[in-house]
Amino acid sequence: MIVEVTLREGIADPEGATIERALPALGFEGVTQVRAGKFFRLEVEAASPDEALERAQALAERLLSNPVIEDAVARLRPS
Amino acid sequence: MTRVGIVVFPGSNCEYDAASAVSELGAEFEFVWHSTTTLAGLDALILPGGFAHGDYLRPGALARFSPVMDAVRSFAAAGGPVLGICNGFQVLTEAGLLPGALQKNRGLTFLCQPTTLVVASTKSVLTRGASVGQELVVPINHFSGSYTCDDATLATLHADDRIVLRYRDNPNGSRDDIAAVANEAGNVVGLMPHPERAMSTLLGSADGRVLLAGFIAVGARAHA
Repeated sequence: MIVEVTLREGIADPEGATIERALPALGFEGVTQVRAGKFFRLEVEAASPDEALERAQALAERLLSNPVIEDAVARLRPS
Repeated sequence: MTRVGIVVFPGSNCEYDAASAVSELGAEFEFVWHSTTTLAGLDALILPGGFAHGDYLRPGALARFSPVMDAVRSFAAAGGPVLGICNGFQVLTEAGLLPGALQKNRGLTFLCQPTTLVVASTKSVLTRGASVGQELVVPINHFSGSYTCDDATLATLHADDRIVLRYRDNPNGSRDDIAAVANEAGNVVGLMPHPERAMSTLLGSADGRVLLAGFIAVGARAHA
């Protein structure tokens, strides 16, 4: 499973903003927005992909993210 | 004598400063290890600064699940005075005992400097001994101290007089210059500055005494 945690829309992202500002100085033009976040890779034992997804989403919301400021999305890892 | 429990997580590092301040103000202290599940005989609680559980994931994210937190929640629900300082504030927000969240500082710099705080409310257990508008010099020492919350929460904080302290010159990008907030009842307070490090003019400021002496006095009343 992959879980991505990103700051919610409207929440200031100083890390993303700093990276965004640094890109033109390195010659990378055309990037209009950068949002920084966290990435987790989980191995889940479950009866079905749906069940694994449900469990990963639940733990992503309960522990891996702070719902006050962050969104978490779990998805199956593309093989 | 008032007995203050100081909750120690793996990675806490301000517990001795807090203990020294509590002793100096005439109260007793007891270190409470994070795996403890009962808080008998304590009149007030402090969650000190540091890096509980290494601040892994997010500051306070893992500490929130420490066994002691259920007892802290019950203590708070019963009206016991609870103070979270710096990392302790982050733990209390993660635990849902205080609203909002602490983000990385604006500018992404670790800040270690004196700040001037303005008392915004005297309803909380931390500011009973202060007056509204009073300025206090207290140091900050944090990387994730930028207070944030949604519009509805901010409106509630305003309406219920729960913004306890504000920075005079906002150092970290905190919303509405907020340095400390309280829960609805005013018995749970979190602040990013370190009042336990402002106990002596010789070391820069003794203004932390105003806050901590008031907090301990509330514990004394709970004890009586």
